[in-house]
Amino acid sequence: MKQTSGFISTYSADTFGVCSALYELGGMVVMHDASGCNSTYTTHDEPRWYDMDSMIYISALTEIEAIMGDDSKLIEDIVRAAEELHPRFIAVAGTPIPAMTGFDADAAARVIEDGTGIPAFGFATTGMRSYVHGAGMAFEAIAERFVEQPVSAKRQPENNSHETKESEKKSESKTKRINILGLTPLDFSVNGSDRSIKEFYEKKGYEIVSSWAMGSSLEEIGRSAGADLNIVVSETGLGAALKLKERFGIPYKVGTPFGGEDIDVTDEIEGALNPNAEILILGERVGSLSLAKYLTVKTGKKCMGYATTDSDEDEIINVINSLKDIQTIIADPLFKPILKLVEKEKSERIQFISLPHEAFSGRLYRADIPNLILKVPFDI
Amino acid sequence: MLKKIGENRITENDALVRMGEANFPVPFKGGLEYASPARGTWNIVHTGMLIPEAHEIFVCAASCLRGVVLTAAEMDAMDRFSTVEVKENNLLDGNLEELLIDGVSDVIDKLEKRPPAVLVYTSCVHHFTGCDWGVMFGTLRERFSDIDIVDCYMNPTLRKSGLTPDQTMRRQLYALLKPREKNSNAVAIIGNDLPTRKNSDLYKILKASGLKIHEITSCRTYAEYQEMAESSLYITYYPAAKAGGDALAKRLGGKHIYLPYSWDYMEITRALNSLKSEFEGYGISMDIDKDYDQSISECEKAFEKTLKLVGDTPIAIDYTFCPRPTSVAKMLLNHGFNVKRIYLDSFTGEEKEDYEYLKENHPDLELYPTVDVRSRFLASAERDGQKWLAIGQKAAYFLNTDHFVNIVEGGGMFGFEAITDTLELMCDAFENPKNMRSLVQIKGMGCGNCCMG
Repeated sequence: MKQTSGFISTYSADTFGVCSALYELGGMVVMHDASGCNSTYTTHDEPRWYDMDSMIYISALTEIEAIMGDDSKLIEDIVRAAEELHPRFIAVAGTPIPAMTGFDADAAARVIEDGTGIPAFGFATTGMRSYVHGAGMAFEAIAERFVEQPVSAKRQPENNSHETKESEKKSESKTKRINILGLTPLDFSVNGSDRSIKEFYEKKGYEIVSSWAMGSSLEEIGRSAGADLNIVVSETGLGAALKLKERFGIPYKVGTPFGGEDIDVTDEIEGALNPNAEILILGERVGSLSLAKYLTVKTGKKCMGYATTDSDEDEIINVINSLKDIQTIIADPLFKPILKLVEKEKSERIQFISLPHEAFSGRLYRADIPNLILKVPFDI
Repeated sequence: MLKKIGENRITENDALVRMGEANFPVPFKGGLEYASPARGTWNIVHTGMLIPEAHEIFVCAASCLRGVVLTAAEMDAMDRFSTVEVKENNLLDGNLEELLIDGVSDVIDKLEKRPPAVLVYTSCVHHFTGCDWGVMFGTLRERFSDIDIVDCYMNPTLRKSGLTPDQTMRRQLYALLKPREKNSNAVAIIGNDLPTRKNSDLYKILKASGLKIHEITSCRTYAEYQEMAESSLYITYYPAAKAGGDALAKRLGGKHIYLPYSWDYMEITRALNSLKSEFEGYGISMDIDKDYDQSISECEKAFEKTLKLVGDTPIAIDYTFCPRPTSVAKMLLNHGFNVKRIYLDSFTGEEKEDYEYLKENHPDLELYPTVDVRSRFLASAERDGQKWLAIGQKAAYFLNTDHFVNIVEGGGMFGFEAITDTLELMCDAFENPKNMRSLVQIKGMGCGNCCMG
């Protein structure tokens, strides 16, 4: 049945994606929630929590505030905290109960901004979608609000990504300055992958203007419009890439440079089932598609990446069952129990290769998350 | 040490309230809340797993599922845990009851082994949409008559409306017990996550009186769990378990007696003597020294020995160590210890007397919050090499000290032994540093030993 998981984990939620994306930028993020979201996010989804003092809070919503639709306490509490803590910006992210009561995060943000003079964002997260949506919304908001027009504007905004494909390719050949979009520990953990991505592009002769949002300050991100190309390394960065293209005409390329290879999956981002696939990679969209492309070249086998961040157990089982030649699944270890539910003949022959993913199994296998940028360690 | 990102200038003093100025029961102004990395206390997943062989099914949104799923995964208990995910369309379509019934049924049908009991956890959205519990659980119980199904709750939005989720969980944990013939020689200690220590006064007295002692933490099978229902007396000593004790006695018969956790000699004596009187009512005599001279003498010796070792080392206590940190502070202060701080967010009703005593006699005692927005920055304070001895994980985290007593929820200690055992742990913590960073981040301290598959 859809929406049931007898045996597997749950992806990090949109609310937590907002927090993860904005974590290093000096802002204050408030999850409008009763209790639980804060400890869940900071325990399982935020490996930086112990070492880096980002201001992530909950509103401590109560039943009576929810029933009465009383947003004034939330706003007053945020304004009071902001006056004391001086955040660079304020973000308010919704959770299931505010979503149900029709909480208007944008309106609350406007009131907060008026009251504090600090830039404020409202995110209509519901706690019912995956982190990809939340982090994507947050990055897009940063692209809209904080990225300034460069002093010497070089190009005009462009709106249609398909029509500009050729010009993007030409632009790419001369590219020297890039932004890396879509970096969060939810997809890349804290094992040095973020630094390896930057080093990879630096070795190729690129200059890194900013990396969204691990290892860059809000000021550096604000200068992103000075880049010639955006590299989208996870789906969370796609919305910001489109926004930067719309505002500044910066082209983008999608792909994660696994194994030190320049991988481009821009044209395959929608994903497609390959019924002849022998190797199936489950996980975040850009990462799984990029890894599939890398392994196709390296192994000569037919590989397929499948985005599971918005899939339920039955959907994934159906995909596995539809692949007649499947031999190998590469996925987070908490997906492994799903093999019990696929066709017996397939489950007996499938080799399961563990690739822990923080957004799925949290901190549980953090020590085993490989830096795939340096090396893809699978023996297939 | 915390790495600073922003420009704020928060210092420890900004968060400080001295005992002399503290209001009861909430000494700090409320507002946005922070969560520290200290995670040793149990949650409703850990507690539910205490029912042997039971399967947990959580029905809620992804953001709520995330924490509970990974709690189960970290316990290596995913084979006893499943989920039904509430999505936006369910709120719009108003089909939450249908989703719960069909989802739970689907999960049960998929399980390789039929569990004897299933705990179905609903969430805040079920309450706010006015779901019909009678329909949801009535249908499930009819459909799965061979399985005991209990309604459990993950509804933090209602945490200030009646019983807290923690109290409710400790009540529902025993809701599956079925009436059976009473055994006047059987007692049950209920509502604790951690087993009562065998050397505690409570355990020793019950054992010496020849009583059969039930405790959920020692049940190995669902049948053993059901045997708890034979008890004539239900004993609780953890405050959040009190409501569960009342409910159990009312439903199954027998009597519930609540013994408050305390470090005060008189209060411990009163509690243990009330237990003695209760059993005399059943014709069971307890051979105990009602003045507890020997126990008090041992406590005094332990205080003396510990003070000699730790001297004037500053000490901090937090509320996760035990239900009454103020009682601990009062006793330590009265024995010459340099108790400087308590980390808590509110006082419990049981702490009123301790609060008044400390306010009058130790007005400089420092109170620090653990969830206040400013608490985020407390762990980054410079200590200038000052050695602190912390009693509890949160105090250890905020003071960034490896010298700490690593106990949560009272650690199964009760009575005079709670004092002597803690003093011993203080000596050990003083002499032997621990890896605080690693230890305090483990969720549900001790649950690995308690939860049976």
